[in-house]
Amino acid sequence: MTRVDVRKGLWITLFVLPGLAVVGVFILLPLFVSLFNSLFNWQQLIRGGFVGLDNFRKILLADPYRTRFFNALGNNLKWFIVTMLVQNSIGLLFGYLLSRKVAAGGFYKRIFFIPVLFSIVAVGFLWGLYLKPNGLVNAFLKLVGLPGWTHAWLGEEKIATFSVIVVNIWRWVGFPSLVFLAAIDSLPGECFEAAYLDGAREWTTFWKIVIPLIVPAITVITVLTIIGSLNVFEQVYTMTGLDGPPNYSTDTIGTLFYRTAFGSVDSGNPQIGIGSAIGVVIYLLTFVASIGSIVATRSREVEL
Amino acid sequence: MTTDLRFRGARPGRAIVLSVAQLLMGLYALLIFYPLFNMIVSSFKTTREIFQHPFALPVHIVLSNYKVVWIDRGFGRYFANSLVVTLVAMAFVLLLGSMAAYGVGRYRYRLRTFVFMLFLSGIMLPLKAAIIPLFMLIKGLGLMNTRAAIVLIFLAMGLPSTVFILSGFMRSIPLELEHAARIDGCNDWGIYQRIVMPVTTPAIALVTIYNAVPLWNDFFFPLVFLQSNALKTLPVGLTTFFGQFSTDWSLLFTGLSIAIIPMLVLYLFMSRWFIRGLTAGAIK
Repeated sequence: MTRVDVRKGLWITLFVLPGLAVVGVFILLPLFVSLFNSLFNWQQLIRGGFVGLDNFRKILLADPYRTRFFNALGNNLKWFIVTMLVQNSIGLLFGYLLSRKVAAGGFYKRIFFIPVLFSIVAVGFLWGLYLKPNGLVNAFLKLVGLPGWTHAWLGEEKIATFSVIVVNIWRWVGFPSLVFLAAIDSLPGECFEAAYLDGAREWTTFWKIVIPLIVPAITVITVLTIIGSLNVFEQVYTMTGLDGPPNYSTDTIGTLFYRTAFGSVDSGNPQIGIGSAIGVVIYLLTFVASIGSIVATRSREVEL
Repeated sequence: MTTDLRFRGARPGRAIVLSVAQLLMGLYALLIFYPLFNMIVSSFKTTREIFQHPFALPVHIVLSNYKVVWIDRGFGRYFANSLVVTLVAMAFVLLLGSMAAYGVGRYRYRLRTFVFMLFLSGIMLPLKAAIIPLFMLIKGLGLMNTRAAIVLIFLAMGLPSTVFILSGFMRSIPLELEHAARIDGCNDWGIYQRIVMPVTTPAIALVTIYNAVPLWNDFFFPLVFLQSNALKTLPVGLTTFFGQFSTDWSLLFTGLSIAIIPMLVLYLFMSRWFIRGLTAGAIK
């Protein structure tokens, strides 16, 4: 190596190392330690013997964890499906309308983004109060003559999870709206002109031209929805509670993981081994689902 | 614009669909405004008024709630704590992040892609799921219940996206600028500091908003690592407060208003930057 190479290497090290050290110690290391910890038996904070995949077996095949785990995972799936169908469809509709310069578009664009800025905690508590049996939502239903529609929105097993999801959609709709808007705005105008001159209807233009061309944006939003759905925690923590009441109907992997890690599901003690295994499962699901959706949408991408 | 072209062909049926869609947008705007308006109005009412006349304006405006929440209930302190933790973490995110972006974006070497991938791997993976080893690490370092723990974790959370966005931007800066400076006797640090960083300013602004808003709002890590009431940040303080005063809705709405209004005001002045900054990771 020449002296110039050594100098260059030292400069690179100087620039990169501090940041890399922080990311290495506080992100990558804990990730690998999680994987390691999940393969051992733990007595509180003391590591016991190597047990292989036994912790994973306990989550997937043995009660009480199995019931809790699949119940929670089912709720995460509800989060994903409802968010994709409702929030991202509305986002696509709003993004498309805004791209067509509808009346007051600039105003709507700014307003829609307001709730995105607020902390999930504040939004959760605010709507938690509004959705109480004596809260604003029921008061409104009585006011407009629909007393039969009132519910304990967060207290009934069948609807509690959906109430929490709807509040999250309220907070987040502006984000996909503006991402889709940016994607549509970046398309060249000739595509639309050509479609118009060919006499294509609005509906056809939307499905045959807009949608295929904004697949990359759809992929981004899908991946973010997957990550978000698997990471639900604050919403449940603030609106119903850490145990996912009523009767675990709002429980998610995130809240189950927290209870396992810091005060257990069955014995009241932290379960490091099983908790780490749940953490590893969250990582795996995030990774596999994200890669899967990227691969699935890539084949539909259209190059201009 | 070409977009207007498509309006001309609108038939009555399509016009109806369009109006319904616009109605939906108006409805959502209303659904954003009214709950926030009601929150602020309720913070001036008594709890009895909130229950008896949920839609009415307050009879007497009660300002004492704000004094009680801000001073007696420590929201002023929570607010200051959030500010300190976010500002210190962001200062380090920008310094170390721009340095690393420079090291990844402006040099060619064999390990470059590998180093970049190491930073990148922190973007997708949820750090929450590694809370157990992180907990033991912070405990082992003797940093439990300190601001330093939160600053370090926030720093680690902010770095990957910062390196990702800034290195892409720095790569597009022409090398000629650098050569000229080098002939004038500038060393690598000088080039980073005096040539590359000033040109990178717009990207720095985006990265700042992209990271500062989620860090300011972050709940999970302060919840786990800060037990002492004197150190709690706003989201955690709000949680404690809701636990203690669950029946005093008048105070609860005041606390929520204090947590939400500052961000709202900031947004009104800088909405374009906030929109561009927060969508920076999703739009190329």
